[in-house]
Amino acid sequence: MRALFYPMVASAVFLGACATEEQKPAAQAPVESGRPGAQPQAVQTKPVPRVEATTPGGSPFAALKDPSNILSKRTVYFDFDKFDVKPEYRPLVEAHAKFLKENPTAKMLIQGNADERGSREYNVGLGQRRSDAVKKMLTLLGVREAQVESVSLGEEKPACSEHNEDCWAKNRRDEMLYNGEY
Amino acid sequence: MTRLLCLFALWLPLLAQAQLSIEITGAGAQRIPIAIVPFEGESALAPGISTIVRADLERSGFFRGLELPPLSPVPTENTNINYSEWRSRLADALLVGSVNTRPDGRFEVRFRLHDVVKQTPLGGIAYTLNKDQVRATAHRISDFVYEKLTGDKGVFSTRIAYVVKRGNRYELQIADYDGANAETALASFEPIISPAWSPDGKRLAYVSFENKKPVVYIHTLADGKRHVVANFKGSNSAPAWSPDGNRLAVVLSREGGSQMFLINPDGSGLRRLASSSAIDTEPRYSPDGQWIYFTSDRGGTPQIYRMSATGGEPQRVTFEGSYNVSPRISPDGKTLAYITRNDSKFQVALLDLTSRQVQILTDSDRDESPSFSPNGRMILLATVINERGVLSAVSADGRVKQRLSTTAGDVREPAWGPFVE
Repeated sequence: MRALFYPMVASAVFLGACATEEQKPAAQAPVESGRPGAQPQAVQTKPVPRVEATTPGGSPFAALKDPSNILSKRTVYFDFDKFDVKPEYRPLVEAHAKFLKENPTAKMLIQGNADERGSREYNVGLGQRRSDAVKKMLTLLGVREAQVESVSLGEEKPACSEHNEDCWAKNRRDEMLYNGEY
Repeated sequence: MTRLLCLFALWLPLLAQAQLSIEITGAGAQRIPIAIVPFEGESALAPGISTIVRADLERSGFFRGLELPPLSPVPTENTNINYSEWRSRLADALLVGSVNTRPDGRFEVRFRLHDVVKQTPLGGIAYTLNKDQVRATAHRISDFVYEKLTGDKGVFSTRIAYVVKRGNRYELQIADYDGANAETALASFEPIISPAWSPDGKRLAYVSFENKKPVVYIHTLADGKRHVVANFKGSNSAPAWSPDGNRLAVVLSREGGSQMFLINPDGSGLRRLASSSAIDTEPRYSPDGQWIYFTSDRGGTPQIYRMSATGGEPQRVTFEGSYNVSPRISPDGKTLAYITRNDSKFQVALLDLTSRQVQILTDSDRDESPSFSPNGRMILLATVINERGVLSAVSADGRVKQRLSTTAGDVREPAWGPFVE
């Protein structure tokens, strides 16, 4: 049953990696506008688009919604009956830790979730253990405790509603929300 | 009776909702055959007092209503009963009565119960009621009959709470024990779980996720007023009332993990009950208030433990199996109902706390949230049939089985309310 879970995690990591790489050409694009042998007038075309491409909206919080930024990734998946943050999610949690440290006004709500099997209240406990795990990693990375709240939604907010292992694997997760998003 | 009328007057402003219907899927081996004669004049009170009483008694699994030929004249509470005639109809008991319209437009119901075997009347009561109190009055009569003939208090006048999910909408509903007169106490677009009745039956504690996290509320049913009991940093869940109604056990993650605390119903007086590095949850007081039973995975798998209600060293209660959760102590304190996992089936188990014998009571496979009737005879639970959440009830001896379902939506998180006077 657990084996079914790995391909999905792998693709999530793969997608994450793609998204980060796509960012680079966009940032470098303005450099290519200077062609050798061009007339001096060409210089006037460069300024406006460059600013918007790197920091849209001018706020650091915009990065949280930028699909090409790792910070837009908010989900950490867990194995059955497991609560440790797997190594493939470490870069994601580290990126959010860096963001929280650089933006002291940012606050994060981590919602832990469990699959549907068993007691609803015990599943609240399992989800809490998962959200506490990401919170602990963030604070170990230097984030102030007051910036992060870890809670549990138990089995109540499944991402996937079928009754099979594929779905359950998608439901054993933490979602990271920033202030303004909850 | 006045108190009964007052209580029902408080319920009237709430709107009726889609009704639960009951299907009986099993019955007790020894059912008392009872002749329930249609009450003289009861056509004024549809669907008829005797019809409701018969349905109540048969639903309990302990009675069998006899089919009767047309009777002329119809015997009433004033008739001298020819016991041998009723014995020849194989009745062990006989219920007769009448309905009269009073000059003020209200109704008067009188009845008498007879023990046909012992050839003796067992008493009767007169009730005055309005037309909208037919069901409530009939349930009172059923309670009388049930108690006289079985020795246990009847639960026909009690109410149940449960949560209905329809699409993205969640409703906390209150209904009569048979699913009739359902009313919505709270509607939300976020989940509601773990309703718990206050011992006086006037309030419900529950967990609502309306703030994107679990928060414990207390809701007064008569006026719909609600207040936050526990909204600390982290999760707040699993409320359980102390038997005197003066305190709640709750599970909070404010100090890390899921840990049990005690708190006053107004949200004051918080104190930690126990400390562990495990998940400690689903606290429940024993009826005498001395113990708190709870679920903990401190031993590696979730099992049921108990500890003194003032704290102290926990003792493990369940040993068979690798997943035993949701402890509920019977009203007499002698047995423990809980959910156990058998292979991949989640079923209701009953543990005799003296003999340590365990009995699996259900044959369904996704049971949750067991809840004793206040007389301890039945256990209400949530299960899943054909991919839909339904309520089900099983007698404590496993023989009687009933199913309650609605026409639309998932029903879950049942809680059987206490006796109300």
